Amino acid sequence: MLTKNAAGVKARKRLCMTVNGRAVEIEIDIRESLLDVLRDRLQFTGVKQGCSVGECGACTVLLDGIPVNSCIYLAAWAHGKTVVTIEGLAQDGKLTPVQEAFVDEGAIQCGFCTPGVVLSTTAMVDSGKAFTHDEVRRELSGHLCRCTGYQKIVDAAERALREAEISADEHPV
Amino acid sequence: MFDICELCEPETLAEAKAIFRANPELKVIAGGTDVLIRMQHGSLAGAGLLSLRNIPHLDEIQLLADGTISVGAMAPFTRIFEHELIRKHVPVLGEASVSMGGPQVRNVATIGGNLCNGAVSADSASTLFALDALLKLETAEGERIIPMRDFYAGPGKVNLLPGELLVAILIPREGYEGMGGHYIKFAPRKAMDIATLGVAVVCKIRENRFVELRIGLGVAAPVPVRCFEAEAYAKGREVTWECVQEIARLALKPAKARSSWRASKEYREHLIEVLAQRAVAEAVKRGGGCCAD
Repeated sequence: MLTKNAAGVKARKRLCMTVNGRAVEIEIDIRESLLDVLRDRLQFTGVKQGCSVGECGACTVLLDGIPVNSCIYLAAWAHGKTVVTIEGLAQDGKLTPVQEAFVDEGAIQCGFCTPGVVLSTTAMVDSGKAFTHDEVRRELSGHLCRCTGYQKIVDAAERALREAEISADEHPV
Repeated sequence: MFDICELCEPETLAEAKAIFRANPELKVIAGGTDVLIRMQHGSLAGAGLLSLRNIPHLDEIQLLADGTISVGAMAPFTRIFEHELIRKHVPVLGEASVSMGGPQVRNVATIGGNLCNGAVSADSASTLFALDALLKLETAEGERIIPMRDFYAGPGKVNLLPGELLVAILIPREGYEGMGGHYIKFAPRKAMDIATLGVAVVCKIRENRFVELRIGLGVAAPVPVRCFEAEAYAKGREVTWECVQEIARLALKPAKARSSWRASKEYREHLIEVLAQRAVAEAVKRGGGCCAD
């Protein structure tokens, strides 16, 4: 229970989680953020380090399906959880409908905010809920796009939601 | 990497209280969206953390037998905003919850952490003041239940004893039943911002008269405050626009606004009056009254 870090001895912890569908077991330092572990140990560099204080959303990952800022989340807390990064979306080179929507709308400029925005949009689509325009903007409000290309990002998210709705109507579960 | 010297992750509340009694110097961490940011900024360097994240049931939102709504201290803001009980009985708390931070922060940040942080700008605090909420605090020795307004001791300071944990926020039936409510957060940005001023209002209206009115202000003084003069004035009065204007003027009484880089004292006082008017008018409407002149 008590993971001590006394006398300069680094406190280690065994972390078991699922990342992009694969079980991962790794020894971590309790001082590491989830962002540190995903980028530096597991090489999921699609998770971007931006502000490091939970303002910009570049480091967003889905944790048990929910968007969180991995920069202000202790890696130790991910034990037993399922993590999805941008690398976990496309399968065998085939983009997901959300990714397609971002391409179709040209909702990408420098691309630094894109992984996070795509993941937040994926969470919206996967929730199966309907979102108003204002709700889409609210759900994306935790992402800063320093190229300021927000209009196309919102358009892409709305396109993805619209297409998911049509697809659900055509192929009811 | 965060400058953490140890991380305690108890699996039960009893274990957490025992560890905290033995190590009262530990810094309690709930969602981490404030504590870890402070660590990034260099304060809390070398702190030992007591994480409450592995303790089950501490995030539950329940309707107790006596009508009290209990919100577990570890309930994240998204859960509060989306929860059926909150939507049905205390929508004003949902309104405040969804105004805090951005989605990724609200998915992790907890209401208990928001309160224990002691920030006067905490969106949940002014609302819980207006709702006459109580706090359930526990140590290894026992528990106590205190009113919200006895909790705040000063900017960033709350009345927690050594080894004491906030376990739940209790909203008594009288606090919410039959009440119309509204929360206005005023900030330069619509999202991801800290309130320049927060006004929470709940009121009970019968035959277009105020049966009860409660107003909580955030960032109007060093700690969140209630507007008792305004509330007393409203009691029993007919709802008119003049009455609402007078209530808003009286809402300034407990304010001790100060100038900071966010806003000047004068601007904050202006905001208190204008936003109190708007918040009362909307709460009245939601409570079934009408104050159109």
